[in-house]
Amino acid sequence: MAINIKQLTKEFSDPLSIGITSGHRLCPGCAAPMTVKMALMVAKHLGYEVVVGLATGCLEVSTTIYPYTAWSIPYIHNAFENAASTIAGVETAYRALKKKGKLPVDKPIKFIAFAGDGGTYDIGLQALSGAVERNHNFLYILYDNEGYMNTGNQRSGSTPPGSETTTAPVGKAIPGKLQLKKNIVEIVAAHENVYAATATVGEPFDYMNKVEKALKFEGPSFIAVLSPCVRFWRIPEDAAPSITKLAVETKYWPLYEVEKGVYRITKKPRSFKPIREFIEKQGRFRNLLKHPDADRIISELQDYVDKRWERLLALEEATRDKPAR
Amino acid sequence: MAELKGWREIPIGGVIDKPATAMAFKTGTWRVMRPTWNEDKCVHYMMCWLYCPDNSIIVKDERMMGIDYEYCKGCGVCASVCPTKAISMEPETKFVEEG
Amino acid sequence: MIAEKTRLAITGAEAVAHAMRQINPDVVAAYPITPQTPIVENFAKFVADGIVDTEMIPVESEHSAMSAVVGAAAAGARAMTATSANGLALMHEIVYIAASTRLPIVMPVVNRALSGPINIHCDHSDTMAERDSGWIQLFAENAQEAYDLTIIALKLAEHESVLLPVMVNQDGFIISHGVEPVEILPDDVVRNFIGEKKPRYSLLDVENPVTYGPLDLYDYYFEHKRQQVEAMENVFEVFPKVVEEFAEISGRKYNFIEPYRLEDAEHVMVALGSTNGTIKDVVDELRAEGKKVGLLKIWMYRPFPKAEIQRELYGRKTVVVLDRSMSFGAEAPLYAEVKSALYEAPAKPLMGSFIYGLGGREILPEHIRSAFEMAVAGELVVDDQKYLGLRE
Repeated sequence: MAINIKQLTKEFSDPLSIGITSGHRLCPGCAAPMTVKMALMVAKHLGYEVVVGLATGCLEVSTTIYPYTAWSIPYIHNAFENAASTIAGVETAYRALKKKGKLPVDKPIKFIAFAGDGGTYDIGLQALSGAVERNHNFLYILYDNEGYMNTGNQRSGSTPPGSETTTAPVGKAIPGKLQLKKNIVEIVAAHENVYAATATVGEPFDYMNKVEKALKFEGPSFIAVLSPCVRFWRIPEDAAPSITKLAVETKYWPLYEVEKGVYRITKKPRSFKPIREFIEKQGRFRNLLKHPDADRIISELQDYVDKRWERLLALEEATRDKPAR
Repeated sequence: MAELKGWREIPIGGVIDKPATAMAFKTGTWRVMRPTWNEDKCVHYMMCWLYCPDNSIIVKDERMMGIDYEYCKGCGVCASVCPTKAISMEPETKFVEEG
Repeated sequence: MIAEKTRLAITGAEAVAHAMRQINPDVVAAYPITPQTPIVENFAKFVADGIVDTEMIPVESEHSAMSAVVGAAAAGARAMTATSANGLALMHEIVYIAASTRLPIVMPVVNRALSGPINIHCDHSDTMAERDSGWIQLFAENAQEAYDLTIIALKLAEHESVLLPVMVNQDGFIISHGVEPVEILPDDVVRNFIGEKKPRYSLLDVENPVTYGPLDLYDYYFEHKRQQVEAMENVFEVFPKVVEEFAEISGRKYNFIEPYRLEDAEHVMVALGSTNGTIKDVVDELRAEGKKVGLLKIWMYRPFPKAEIQRELYGRKTVVVLDRSMSFGAEAPLYAEVKSALYEAPAKPLMGSFIYGLGGREILPEHIRSAFEMAVAGELVVDDQKYLGLRE
């Protein structure tokens, strides 16, 4: 069932029905609430109640400054590294209480964890892996803004090479972060029985279709959503949709999914733009562009995304109709 | 700012026992640029509504109805995703001068 | 009415697993660590055999164990975990969160020395590192107490004016792996005693959505901390009722503290955990020799039962405090608190601080006797920390 936006406007004309409300204190133009609202609308549209679990981060602090909460659905934040294990506990309680006939309200509930890249690629990776391995029925949505933005732009395992951060600044000796982003989707997809996908706010229907698929998947599911921090990507406040569309068009963020080991690329642009275009549009790469090593670094990145794309095409071909289980 | 309560008056455990209390926090005061809607150009494509990070696009019966300035922070995403350029961004100061 | 009981020869770990079987929690999330492992193993067998209908989460770390239990408890489930030493230390961050979120989680802790160097044997450094976390801390002397206190802990934790998590401490190996006769209450009697959990807020109550774990800044954090103090104060009213009710079904009486041969004692030893059993024997021997000695066993360490301790210790000539952990550069934890409780005493007793049993070091009757003898001989020097069983 394709997601129809007119249908959604009918179902969610009352903004309180979405799940995340106005009055939160995320920066103007932040992509995190876009990531959240699209997912919640899909879940509710499919007839589910939703309980959310958050990792510490921008989204968490800005939506729940006591006594204000920008959530109209049940919400739990525990700590930074344990969004997956906390939501696993909630989901398990649901199964236990349902079995014993002790649920306060017996309705189908979906459990969605939202965490940033720090809470996913880095400090929360173990808890995520454990929860996926144990086959909890939950959806983990990573809003990936490629750095510790809540604490003021520090390097994470998701920060791309050459991006200016306060802990890997572009200096005379070192041209910023040297390492590539961790490939988080491959890490999650390496678990058995999992649905893992990339998505981005720049391609909302691709994202929402994946949310639907993830929620209907029997077992754990994971969507990595490229979700810009306008503040520290140093882009205009209105640019989150366009910059992420460009990320797809430059192969920086290929859109694909892996379901039980079967790869499927969900968006294949007819032609691609050079990665340099994506880099030049963001102030976080300004110092890299001025660095003597800039051309080499950008050309290496171009080479990397080209090879990754070829590899994805090959994986799609090789795994077609060959699920891992 | 709501009146601060004493420790006996608030729920235990840091729990906020009511939903959506942030609606009392009006973020519209942050706005520097104001989105203005040109109804004539609008084709009710609804991308503005889908994207608005502050749920500030008012819709009814599948139609765009206007902008909720109580919460709109003026990011301009609505204008940027509009295929017919039915929303334009103007400095908030302009509206102050006009009273 | 005292129920008919079953008497089993089991370890402390098995006794606690039986208590958990009878509690039949909705969710148990646990990770193995010596010497806690047999609790989880025995309980996992109950789950596997369908004796309980608990959903078990075999987590990938203790940090996730406590995290999952917090999630489950916030969802309204009766949730338990168990741990030891480094496992408890790994949980530390979430141990605080469980208490401040006011989730009535019961956690058996099988006490083991904290690394480093790594050591698997008993001392109290693990639980002492959590003494300011906001958890209620109970200490068992033997397997029977470990069983009983686990059941008592659940009712105490879930009491509407408490709503705090509880650690039930038992000494690693000494209690957890030592076989003793334990009286097990009938299942239905335990179930009636603990009743149904009535969560105040549940994440699964989707018709009444709540927000758990918001950002709490300088305008409200302090108020929430003050509420935790109040809940601890309430334990002093609730606990006596719970243990009285427990005595009615079991015939076994608990309290904040257990005085042993204190009636005319001039020299009193204070201790936690299994060593109290040895101390009782030594007290008996010394009494037989005509020495006026006695023991004050601490069952509840948090909240600290200051008034009860004052009542028992005022007027004594000496007070000897045994600690199975240290506070490097300061007084040992139990000693410091007992000393503080005696600040208002009209006539202050002479006090001695003795460290013993770290990393599982043997504590023998002669060690305890030597400490008593120093007290009787008037040789105690306040704050002069002594070590029992340490080689010079």
